[in-house]
Amino acid sequence: MEVLEKKNEIQDNLLKNFEAKIDRGDAIEPRDKMPDAYRKHLIRQMSQHAHSEVIGMQPEGNWITRAPSLRARQILLAKIQDEGGHGLYLYSAAETLGISRREMIEQLHSGKAKYSNIFNYPALTWADIGAIGWLVDGAAIVNQVSLQRTSYGPYSRAMVRICKEESFHQRQGYEIMAKMMKGTKDQQEMARDAMNRWWWPSLMMFGPHDSESPHTGDAVKWKIKRSSNDELRQKFIDKTVQQAEVIGLTIPDKDLKWNEAKKCYDHGPINWEEFYRVISGNGPCNKQRMAHHVKVHNDGAWVREAAEAYRQKKEKKIFH
Amino acid sequence: MATDSQLAMWEVFMQSKPGANYIHAGSVHASDKEMALQNARDTYTRRGEGTSIWVVPSNAIVASNPDDNEMFFDPANDKVYRIPTFYVMPEGAKAI
Amino acid sequence: MTQEQALYKYCLRMGDDALIHAYRLSEWCSNAPILEEDLALTNFALDMIGRAQAILDYAGKIDGKGKTSDDLAYRRKERDFYNHLIMELPNGDFAYTMARILFVSIFEYYFFSELSHSADTTLAAIAAKTVKEVKYHMAHATDWALRLGDGTDESNTRMQQAVDDLWAYTGELFETDDATAVLEDRNIAVDMGMIRAKWKTDVTRILTEAKLKIPADGYNQTGSGNGVHTEYLGHILSEMQYLQRAYPEAIW
Ligand SMILES: [Fe+2]
Ligand SMILES: [Fe+2]
Ligand SMILES: [Fe+2]
Repeated sequence: MEVLEKKNEIQDNLLKNFEAKIDRGDAIEPRDKMPDAYRKHLIRQMSQHAHSEVIGMQPEGNWITRAPSLRARQILLAKIQDEGGHGLYLYSAAETLGISRREMIEQLHSGKAKYSNIFNYPALTWADIGAIGWLVDGAAIVNQVSLQRTSYGPYSRAMVRICKEESFHQRQGYEIMAKMMKGTKDQQEMARDAMNRWWWPSLMMFGPHDSESPHTGDAVKWKIKRSSNDELRQKFIDKTVQQAEVIGLTIPDKDLKWNEAKKCYDHGPINWEEFYRVISGNGPCNKQRMAHHVKVHNDGAWVREAAEAYRQKKEKKIFH
Repeated sequence: MATDSQLAMWEVFMQSKPGANYIHAGSVHASDKEMALQNARDTYTRRGEGTSIWVVPSNAIVASNPDDNEMFFDPANDKVYRIPTFYVMPEGAKAI
Repeated sequence: MTQEQALYKYCLRMGDDALIHAYRLSEWCSNAPILEEDLALTNFALDMIGRAQAILDYAGKIDGKGKTSDDLAYRRKERDFYNHLIMELPNGDFAYTMARILFVSIFEYYFFSELSHSADTTLAAIAAKTVKEVKYHMAHATDWALRLGDGTDESNTRMQQAVDDLWAYTGELFETDDATAVLEDRNIAVDMGMIRAKWKTDVTRILTEAKLKIPADGYNQTGSGNGVHTEYLGHILSEMQYLQRAYPEAIW
């Protein structure tokens, strides 16, 4: 009995120290003592974030070979490459918590780990490449800027680097949309269609309303999450409305209007039924995205094995 | 099937310009040192961020233990005589 | 054949090589065996697109009909493309892609090293920049050839297969034609005979170190100098040129 009490007391003290550190605004580093729940939450969030970057390469990758100019092809390739890099930074940051990239990929394949829902939507026309950069990256940036101040050091450092690189992503997407809206009737139609299809899923990227979101408690207290879903969503809407106006695009929400009292835009209801349907596996591309990732992973196994085998042979040579 | 590997982890240090300190940039995975160097180059110098790279196997890095922070770092806090402004210089002395 | 005509064709051949090889490498995006390699292959593709752009822009200028690199890349017919056949072959597996980068980058290293002394200053400048890029491609592909050749039984088999399959397409890299003859006389084009020997020496050394057999020289596939390609090129173009062809009035 006494032993147990002693143990609890130590646990309490550790937690107190940890939370005092968080309250002071100190970053938590890999070797610092941290509550299990903190570690688990981070692994879940960071691996999901990493998977999103990597899976997100697919819809845009769908247009690389069809990009309509050399300049467009360079931009798109460089952009997708950045996303791969972001995945890499985030996997590495998560690895400091004691999980390997291999395990994270296994969890993705088994369905235990998720990725952002947005990438379960298809990129159907070239305008979708514009809409993804402008709206999807635009939404992601709002979230990522806020995460630069997250409490876990490696995560925050990865976010700082990512935000620096992200700065051209949204601009290139917006440029595509602007060009198309100035272009032929066909181009304008494509742009409007893309806007209509990507607007609502982009709003869903921020997750359920604050009143519904189950993770707000600890994640906020421990400063993993620095802003609420609704705050971030509002920020995104407020800055995007004007950008849409400038290029002559209409946001597909008839309830969208400026609220003078709150100094922000009110928006119509989000289709949460669709959100949960897509999350649960019934989006247009869930199966396709996972099948692609699994296939690439399996197809590459012999290459990774060969690299390992070659290193082992070389090491033997050195030591004999 | 053999256990799948994502290759070993390496830490990457970058020098942003000749003469500057090497600063930790992040990590890469690689099976050997040539691959580690190339992967670091392809991952961390895409925007002309570097003029030189070090890569070190992550498991070769020895890190101090946060539990030792008090004994490691606090004793240095009161050694003010190591700081130049601690000393009183005679008035009028120049270039010292 | 006038010097302008010869130079135009010479540029198309180089520009198309970069353009089509870049196309194939860009297909690896989100498909590489490990994330780091995904970024590496994309870097190579980006190097090559930049090169294609510079050379095709120059070709357009020589041609004098106001064509840009985009016009040449996106509005030309398959029979007017002059890239070497090896560039357009499908990616195959990772060994196949690496063997191609190896063969091509060693060729390009010597080719552009020579071209950097060309009497044509525009080409010389593009070549000087390109040498730096392909030197890295060569180092990367050499290391992978060693790893795959001397890795596992499976990787050795795959790499050997790739080397054997591609071998018949390497001879074409060193072909000369009327255009090169005109340009060589004026110290603009590269002496192919000389770089072929260097290529063979390097390739032999690397393959041997990688525990791979050097295929016997046999029949060499050829045709691209006359715009006669494999069936694969048409599919590349129909995908690459799709938007420009479907919406000819549009600016992207
Ligand atoms: Fe992203
Ligand atoms: Fe990203
Ligand atoms: Fe992005």
